[in-house]
Amino acid sequence: MFKVTWHNLIARKVRLALSAFAIVLGVAFVAGSFIFTDALGGAFDGIVKGTTADVEVLPEGAGQADSFGTDARTIPAPLVEELRQLSEAEKVVGTDQVQGVFVISKEGELIGGNGPPGLAFNYNEMTAITGDPILTVADGELPSTRDQVALDVDTATKAGYDIGDEVTLVTPGDPPTMKAELTGLVRFGSEGGLVGATLTIFDDQVIKDLFFEGKDVYTNISLTAAEGVSQVQLRDAVKEVLPQGLEALTGDDFAADQQEIIGTILGFINTFLLVFAAVALIVGTFLIINTFSILVAQRSRELALLRAMGASKKQVNRAVLTEALVVSLVGSTVGLGMGYLLAIGLRALFGFIGLDLGAADMPVELRTVLLSYAVGVIVTLVAAYLPARRASRIAPVQAMRDDVALPETSLRRRFLVGAVMVAVGVALMVTGFAGSGGRGLLLIGLGMLSILIGVALMAPMLGRPIVQALGVVYRRLFGTVGNLATENTLRNPRRTAATSSALMIGLTLVALMSILGQSAKVSTDKAIEESLTAELIVSNATGQFFSTAYADSIRELDGVDSVTAFRQAGAKLANSQVFLQAVEPESLGSALQLPVDGGSLEAFDDQSVFVSSTRAKSSDLAVGDSVKLTFPAGPTEFDVAGIFPVGGAVAGDFLLTLEGLERSGIKPEDSLLFITKKPGADEAVVRSQIEEVLADNPTVTLKNQQEFADEQKDLINRVLYIIYALLGLAVIIAILGITNTLALSVIERTREVGLLRAIGVSRWQLRRMVGLESIAISVLGALLGVVMGIAFGIAMQRAIADQGIDVLSIPWLQLGIFVVLAALAGVLAALLPARRAAKLNVLEAITTE
Amino acid sequence: MFRSAPKPSHSTSSTVFGPGSGVAARALDVRKVYGEGDATVAALDGVSIDFAAGVFTAVMGPSGSGKSTLMHCMAALDTVSAGHVFIGDLELAGLGDKQLTKLRRDKIGFIFQAYNLVPTLTAQENIELPLSIAGRKPDRQWFDTVIDTVGLRDRLGHRPNQLSGGQQQRVACARALVTRPDVVFADEPTGNLDSAAGAEVLAFLRRSVDDHRQTVIMVTHDPVAASYTDRVVFLADGKVVDELRNPTAADVLEEMKVLSARSIAGTATGS
Ligand SMILES: Nc1ncnc2c1ncn2[C@@H]1O[C@H](COP(=O)(O)OP(=O)(O)OP(=O)(O)O)[C@@H](O)[C@H]1O
Ligand SMILES: [Mg+2]
Repeated sequence: MFKVTWHNLIARKVRLALSAFAIVLGVAFVAGSFIFTDALGGAFDGIVKGTTADVEVLPEGAGQADSFGTDARTIPAPLVEELRQLSEAEKVVGTDQVQGVFVISKEGELIGGNGPPGLAFNYNEMTAITGDPILTVADGELPSTRDQVALDVDTATKAGYDIGDEVTLVTPGDPPTMKAELTGLVRFGSEGGLVGATLTIFDDQVIKDLFFEGKDVYTNISLTAAEGVSQVQLRDAVKEVLPQGLEALTGDDFAADQQEIIGTILGFINTFLLVFAAVALIVGTFLIINTFSILVAQRSRELALLRAMGASKKQVNRAVLTEALVVSLVGSTVGLGMGYLLAIGLRALFGFIGLDLGAADMPVELRTVLLSYAVGVIVTLVAAYLPARRASRIAPVQAMRDDVALPETSLRRRFLVGAVMVAVGVALMVTGFAGSGGRGLLLIGLGMLSILIGVALMAPMLGRPIVQALGVVYRRLFGTVGNLATENTLRNPRRTAATSSALMIGLTLVALMSILGQSAKVSTDKAIEESLTAELIVSNATGQFFSTAYADSIRELDGVDSVTAFRQAGAKLANSQVFLQAVEPESLGSALQLPVDGGSLEAFDDQSVFVSSTRAKSSDLAVGDSVKLTFPAGPTEFDVAGIFPVGGAVAGDFLLTLEGLERSGIKPEDSLLFITKKPGADEAVVRSQIEEVLADNPTVTLKNQQEFADEQKDLINRVLYIIYALLGLAVIIAILGITNTLALSVIERTREVGLLRAIGVSRWQLRRMVGLESIAISVLGALLGVVMGIAFGIAMQRAIADQGIDVLSIPWLQLGIFVVLAALAGVLAALLPARRAAKLNVLEAITTE
Repeated sequence: MFRSAPKPSHSTSSTVFGPGSGVAARALDVRKVYGEGDATVAALDGVSIDFAAGVFTAVMGPSGSGKSTLMHCMAALDTVSAGHVFIGDLELAGLGDKQLTKLRRDKIGFIFQAYNLVPTLTAQENIELPLSIAGRKPDRQWFDTVIDTVGLRDRLGHRPNQLSGGQQQRVACARALVTRPDVVFADEPTGNLDSAAGAEVLAFLRRSVDDHRQTVIMVTHDPVAASYTDRVVFLADGKVVDELRNPTAADVLEEMKVLSARSIAGTATGS
């Protein structure tokens, strides 16, 4: 029996290559996700370890801070001298680190900036726990005067600066932009690169003058242990002499804390990618099931012959499964390789949004390998089991007949099972919407999956009228060729349905995302239109904070009536991360209308907060309650002064006053300025005045309401594009699945193709026939997918309406374009099978067995 | 009524008529060699033969004698290794795929032993297929004539899997004739049928020759089938070895015996 299996594998190279293909793609996605997140983790690891010394001294609690909102606390510099007295310390250096210093390229573009930090520090000779110096001078000299800086090599290259050039910098201080001479290039110690972060190096005194009001302070002090002294020993020695409000951490602890913070973010990225991997895998599973069904159907006669010769059901079963096993092993191996390439592709995709991994290693961990094989092999065996079981049921007597039909579960039974799955899915989704958090999401996800599979099972019956309707068009436009294509699509409803279901799943998600995205955009428009009274807005397109100096300068301008600054920060409420906005209560009214659900703006001061309606509900807060928010500098108590509804111009969980935020130890940096002009002032004049203030900084720009709305929507678009790109891979798998099915169908129908050619069907007509068939399959999948996407989109929008997406908007044109694109993809999918069909030698095709 | 159509020639390699003088198809010193090196097989070894228009010809010979190969080469389904093939005035050599497709569509009809029909199409659609792919409307009168001759009017809406083997072959015959091709090639069209079903198909082919002056060339192993034809050509080892006119089944059987005896004798003397 094994010999038969082996022989089959060799004899059906093409078909097996096609079925292995589905496995390759599914596995590649899983492997790629893991390799990429591992690479990301590795790179961040490198940064953390490369910037951490044996012992780090920081303001208390600063080690656990996330990078959102800058901790304003510092350490007096004389402490460095004091620590140098310790015999346990070999080296003690003070670091002044400033976030939000960005380099503007020669062309006036911001380097990095879209997520990765722009770091500035004083040059020092710190040695990291890796044993490497944190920085080495690669070229030129270190800066020594106020208008000199050094940059890291990568940033300088990207920005096009050479030593001696004048560099433009954006800073969070005053002045907000500056120019300095590039005196040297430094190289970061860690090998993984900077993950897109940019480094600007200042002279020790200069950085204090520029960003710390000339005070002799450091943000942290790094110590290197003397020979034979452990990190713990050094830390304990430091603790002895440490003044109040500061803490000492061993390098390992500090790095571990940092890695934990990064780990949550990476975990999020990994989960995000794995969701798409799961989508790809489900789509892939459809293809594998389909491919094996077709392969077994094509071989049913041969299998029946085996049965006739005395092979048992079990043996036939085993023969098919062994074949599947071999294919899955080969497929998984190739998939792993492809995954590596995919990870490189993901690196490019994420590099697009600024997460630059440079030349970071792409580590293939054992876990990745095992998981890839497990996924590939298990999915394939399950997928092959169903047709194998059917194949083994072929009665031996059928071997004698010409056309062996596999016993098929009736379409009606499938339809019923599908209907039940849809019902279960709907129930799951309803439960999910009622629940909250991760569990709710999981239920919603499972519900969607159940509905999708249910619809896929019903697709052979649901699809029939659609294909028939398409057939009417085909016949009218393409005559007999159209007729042949329609009939071919209808002849094997299960196969057609399974093939288009794969595409359906991809398009459901694409349509869902486009509906949610569109709704978010329309909701943004509405919120801005309804609540924003300020005519002009200053914002940073990259989301970075900017110097408060801008607000001060703009306030001085002639035509400006009021400037309302918004600031943002992150904090912890109990165990959950919350998002804060801060504003001056006096000028809030001139910037926007903040409808208040409970409480009043009168009582808004540095001791109080407004809380969003959703947060009030989830954290059980009411007006008059007291709430403890934990910042890097420690916890701060506030009274709840009121509740604001979600969906207006103010996003986030809490609204504080600027003083309230500063009271909590957050450095003053603005994120948005809302500006009203004096009545009668000419808008164009005011605009040009403000623009002059912002002239040097390409990222902080002035917008009117419309432009501001567009900027917000641009952000939504960018997220959508990444999601589309990832879903695109699932769609590509589905389209390759169409190619796969068509290729197998063409092989299966070789004789028929020969017959058609023999009676005068031209190559071109044959190609067109296969092409039309492909279009029918893809349009069917696209239509089902778009309909499902609309249903899911409406449900999801209703479910999250209270989180700011309160307007439902369905982008009909876009959805229509998706269907047209699917049809075009169908044309592409048909290219190879059509070519194969057209190139068949007529005589060989007719005489084929 | 055309049973007494002019008989072209009495020689075994009749090349006296030039193309266009009533010859529907012609092979001229055709060779077809398969394989390479030592393993070469000359499936056709210098065949020259004319098939006159309006004549029903049978091609017979032992298995492996090159009958199918000859059909395929004549019907533009295969290329020859040497020699010339004409359909009407047109020489096949040098024709591109487009011209060959057009030729097969317009001038040639083909009936195979089995698998003649597209399973997704009804009998009627199958019959009209060669016309509809050419974008032509069937000539109603001729279509009716063909259908009536085949006697399948009540089966036109059925798919092939709802038809018996004999009915399927009759549909295939109708399809081959519906374009009024210059010549119809049939490779053992009754090979899979019982004698009654076979007789229906043969009667149909006979009538199309008699009533409508079609040209039919049919490969068969069956002397009774051959007796429906006007002329029987015998092939052996890729060569035309003999032919009969207006044969009866007995004549054919007799001739087959003679040929096979000769072949055995040839084998015995090692020639
Ligand atoms: N594709 C091929 N490759 C190699 N040899 C071939 C091929 N087709 C036919 N032959 C050889 O050519 C010779 C003639 O074959 P052909 O099929 O024409 O015989 P036939 O007279 O139709 O036989 P039958 O009555 O069995 O159908 C045979 O020896 C056969 O083996
Ligand atoms: Mg033959």
